[in-house]
Amino acid sequence: MIVSKPVPLPTTDTAHYWQACDGEELLYQRCGDCGHVQFYPRRSCVSCHGTKMMWAPSMRRGVIHSFTIVHRPPTPSFDEDAPYVIALIDLDEGYRMMMNVVGDDRASSAIGRRVRIVFEERAHGRKIPQAMLEAAP
Amino acid sequence: MPAEALITGAADTPVGKLPEHNCLSMQALAARDAIADAGLAPSDIDGVLAGFSFTQPHLMLASVFCEYMGLKPAFTTAVQSGGATACTAVMLAAALVESGQCRRVLVVTGDNRLTGLPPGGAVALLAQVGHAEFEQPYGISVPAAYALVAHRYMHEYKVVPEDLAAIAVNQRSFAALHPHAHMRKPITIDDVMRSRPIAEPLKLLDCCLVSDGAAAVVVSAPAAADPSRHRIAILGTGQGHTHEHISAAPSLTHFGCEISAQQAFARAGAIPSDIDVAEIYDSFTITLAVELESMGFFKKGEAGPAAAAGELWLTGSLPCNTHGGLLSYGHSGAAGGMFHVVEAVHQLRGQAGPRQVEGSELAFVHGDGGILSAHCSLVLGHV
Repeated sequence: MIVSKPVPLPTTDTAHYWQACDGEELLYQRCGDCGHVQFYPRRSCVSCHGTKMMWAPSMRRGVIHSFTIVHRPPTPSFDEDAPYVIALIDLDEGYRMMMNVVGDDRASSAIGRRVRIVFEERAHGRKIPQAMLEAAP
Repeated sequence: MPAEALITGAADTPVGKLPEHNCLSMQALAARDAIADAGLAPSDIDGVLAGFSFTQPHLMLASVFCEYMGLKPAFTTAVQSGGATACTAVMLAAALVESGQCRRVLVVTGDNRLTGLPPGGAVALLAQVGHAEFEQPYGISVPAAYALVAHRYMHEYKVVPEDLAAIAVNQRSFAALHPHAHMRKPITIDDVMRSRPIAEPLKLLDCCLVSDGAAAVVVSAPAAADPSRHRIAILGTGQGHTHEHISAAPSLTHFGCEISAQQAFARAGAIPSDIDVAEIYDSFTITLAVELESMGFFKKGEAGPAAAAGELWLTGSLPCNTHGGLLSYGHSGAAGGMFHVVEAVHQLRGQAGPRQVEGSELAFVHGDGGILSAHCSLVLGHV
């Protein structure tokens, strides 16, 4: 029996973000009061605690800040993918996200490698952002 | 300044596979022994702090424990800070006693996450500390999250996996000297390097154990302590917090342990070189390396090489995790951190047998919860 991988459940803070992902658009938040850039989406600003949060579209480019190759998944739904890559990606707009590095060349992941963001479909049509390595310079 | 709170009782159960026990029966055993160790009866206890449990995941575990043991305390609550729970609860117990709210606080922890959960059950449950929307969908596990820290650390400080492996070897050597330890068979650097990859660069022997076990301490006001027994004081405490989820951490190389240690040392009037023995949270080899360096015991990148040079052994500059730590003594959830507290008390009392650091006057204990998220440091010593 194939156990499907987790599908994120949106909250009232993140529904708009996930809806954009389903349309293959990657959004982040910018504070309308102090300009702070933040991720994950929240109702208020992490920096000034104001509530004028604005959505902004990401150019979907970034760099690997760190990564690991997972050999032992925590749950059976990832068994088929093992070993797989988890990375912390610093998006060019100045915020950090966790993603898998996907693609046939994912074993070449390295700290400092540039990536572009693509979308992977999970159950119920939900799409989640993932990273693919840009060609090495 | 109120007189410092004392740790007057300390006890733990054997650690490993204890199929004859459940979470509460082990906690009650450790509690009873810690209370007796303090020269007290259960009816002398007026405060109870309980850690969390995976096999008994009750919303009000402290109340459940008190009911099981037949205690009716004046103050009780559960404490939930992941791996920092034991140190945090001891810090809270000290505050309760120093404020005059309580005279004798029992701090109890324990879990049977080895025999009480199916194989892989603890790992799967622990993976739920990852953010439900922004980490879990990517297959995050606790080892993988620490591996992200390890890779960045190795990149910035030019550390190699063999340096971290020396930490695991050091602690297994200590565990061999402790009758309760879960894993006692000696290992070599080669054994660590060839052990099964979990999340690169971390391999099986870089990772803590999953064990059944329980441990408890009694924290007393000086006026409520037996004057004929050892007086081990909680001289300094501190906490530091920067994040919960690793993807939200402001840094992969600077963590709250920098603050928690600074505060604990300042309150104790001590510096790292004053410490005779250290019991520091070691969920993974990288955890210990990062903490030792962040808290001022070694320079960045140097804890691993120091371990390889024997500095963390009995004859070294900082005997560390002298019971074997989470890596070899055992990890039973909140009790994992409490085993460090109990070992520090045994060292200061001169009760550590073949693991004894001669002339131990000052001990440092540290707990880390989450992914280097919640930190709590203690300085313990004689008064």
